[in-house]
Amino acid sequence: MEVLKIATAGSVDDGKSTLIGRLLYDTKSLTSDKLEAIDRVSKKNGLDYLDFSLATDGLVAEREQGITIDVAHIYFSTPKKSYIIADTPGHIEYTRNMVTGASTSQASIILIDARKGVIEQTYRHFFINNLLRVKEVIVAINKMDLVNYSEDVFNNIITEFDELRSKSDFQDQKLTFIPVSALWGENIAEKSTAMSWYQGQTILEHLEDLKAEDFTEESQARFSVQTVIRPKTEEFHDYRGYAGKINGNSLRVGDDVTVLPSLTTSKIKDIHFFEETFDEAPAGSSVTISLADDINVARGDMLVKTKEVPVETKVVDAMVCWMDNRPLVPSQKYVLQHNTNGVLAKIDKVESHVDSNFGAEENVTSLSLNDIGSVKIKLSKPIYADSYNTNRTNGRFILVDTQTNTTAGVGFIK
Amino acid sequence: MSSILNQNTLESEAIYIFREVVAQFENPVLLFSGGKDSITLVRLAQKAFYPAKIPFPLMHIDTGHNFPETIEFRDRLVEELGLNLIVRKVQDDIDSGVSIEEKGRYSSRNSLQTNTLLSAIEEYKFDACIGGARRDEEKARAKERIFSVRNDFGEWDEKNQRPEVFDMLNGRIDMGQNVRVFPISNWTELDVWSYIDAEKIEIPSIYFAHEREIFERDGLIWTASEHVYKDDHEITEMKTVRFRTVGDITCTAAVESGADTVEKIIKEIRESAISERGARIDDKRSEAAMETRKQQGYF
Repeated sequence: MEVLKIATAGSVDDGKSTLIGRLLYDTKSLTSDKLEAIDRVSKKNGLDYLDFSLATDGLVAEREQGITIDVAHIYFSTPKKSYIIADTPGHIEYTRNMVTGASTSQASIILIDARKGVIEQTYRHFFINNLLRVKEVIVAINKMDLVNYSEDVFNNIITEFDELRSKSDFQDQKLTFIPVSALWGENIAEKSTAMSWYQGQTILEHLEDLKAEDFTEESQARFSVQTVIRPKTEEFHDYRGYAGKINGNSLRVGDDVTVLPSLTTSKIKDIHFFEETFDEAPAGSSVTISLADDINVARGDMLVKTKEVPVETKVVDAMVCWMDNRPLVPSQKYVLQHNTNGVLAKIDKVESHVDSNFGAEENVTSLSLNDIGSVKIKLSKPIYADSYNTNRTNGRFILVDTQTNTTAGVGFIK
Repeated sequence: MSSILNQNTLESEAIYIFREVVAQFENPVLLFSGGKDSITLVRLAQKAFYPAKIPFPLMHIDTGHNFPETIEFRDRLVEELGLNLIVRKVQDDIDSGVSIEEKGRYSSRNSLQTNTLLSAIEEYKFDACIGGARRDEEKARAKERIFSVRNDFGEWDEKNQRPEVFDMLNGRIDMGQNVRVFPISNWTELDVWSYIDAEKIEIPSIYFAHEREIFERDGLIWTASEHVYKDDHEITEMKTVRFRTVGDITCTAAVESGADTVEKIIKEIRESAISERGARIDDKRSEAAMETRKQQGYF
């Protein structure tokens, strides 16, 4: 079945968890034991309605404080599609968690409180969706019940948002504005009767109409080798297969390929998937490829079509989102993990910070937790990378702190 | 004739995760309970490394309170696929005084598994333990990473987890730490069953409707067994039931069902008003039962 991954973003009390809970409820994804638990706790908290936010907040501290701390993954399905929602927190460390949630998502829902309109955090949510090149963004203007379902309020927010959008350099992004009341389930799965002036789709209708092919990236095929398969059995005595996931575009048997970084060339001999072989495998598939020639290929190497070799680079210019408590400072060393290949990296220069209003602040020297900035990084060995805009998988990397082993930042190559 | 692979996103993701485990860790192990999720993991691991064999052992943390059908099934699977199986017994830790048996009506060895698991990890120096937990099962599991780092004591620091961006999995750890890996994190119960159906994967008979001696307590159906505590006034009867989740016999309740094929099970789940873990007695201990166990090193 088709799977659609969605990230949500909103500030504290925008009603994000309520919206997700409502989607679950309206698609009959909340089972009776879960509903009973929600009912019980809602009553205990003195509410006279079902508090759907209880459906998503998983940790004890979250339920106690009524906040979301970490990214939670929520699943529901309709007869048409399976949905995975990354529910990301609106406040504590929101940038880090939003980037995490949006990184695996094809579509995104940004929540706005109709009473407050576009606020500072909306800028940031929108900016991150742009940075990550999320193609499909739904702007859900929530709490319409608290502004008398006013069409003017809705239209004013669209105008405010358009101003923000005019600064974006990602014009392929599709924005859809939907007025909703998550609490009362209006325009979530069912059309609102109180907002007859709105002729568009409900959130669920819109999601149901999105197609996986709308999100397929049209770029060049990149195949990073994860591990080498050598069965050494009688039947497969000389078999040598390269296991990995195809990204960017499909690969076919007979394709002329170049192995990076060695630049040796060969042809794809066969594409294995379990006990079967195929002539062609699409982007996104985990397969095992063997080559016509007996050449040296190892984890970290990348196979590309010979006519589509990306540029070799020892200096990377990237937008970096910092996710660690220890700030990023020049001359600090990290492992830059680019696909399956890890190289030592040294921070050469922090060029600027970007603010969420698409402005840049120069004269900065470091990136702190949740900062996003432009950084120049020197590598101990060259990598073969694309820009994130042209090839998403081959244009991104993570920086791993060699002392703490943590994933300290994520980068998008310019 | 041209044949094009028709890929399944969740399957491709899981295979990718398995391959990262083998590439990034020296000594991985697959935690095998004999339930449908761990059986699915075995199939995915086969696919990830074919035509080579699965390059890591399976480990069963055996509470001794098993459904006999599960153990028979386990042994047959291991035999057929030529896998290496490690069994570590909770009973041994009880005998040596490391673990103390719970008492009373709700006594179970479920939480004692943690001790046995942690000492087995130390004994074999496993650096990655692959498990079949899914995020849709339970609210604390919804917060779990795919690569989840545990400290020397097996503890999960849920408020300070490593960011996991895109499909980039960072398995770098210090000596003594280990990583729990969840390749089917993003699968739902229905996804697992649909996969079992599509792949024609064999599963233990207790998942299918069968006659069993049971008794009812707290609105749940308990199996009558020498391992399950039963008050004298609790009367047993024969009923047609099946198990929706299979854990230890003391913590897994049955559901009334006539579903005797995978197809009927899928139909039943689609129409079910109760969640999968609604029949898990171990989760009923408190609102945060799973979170508390996970912090202590449970998987």
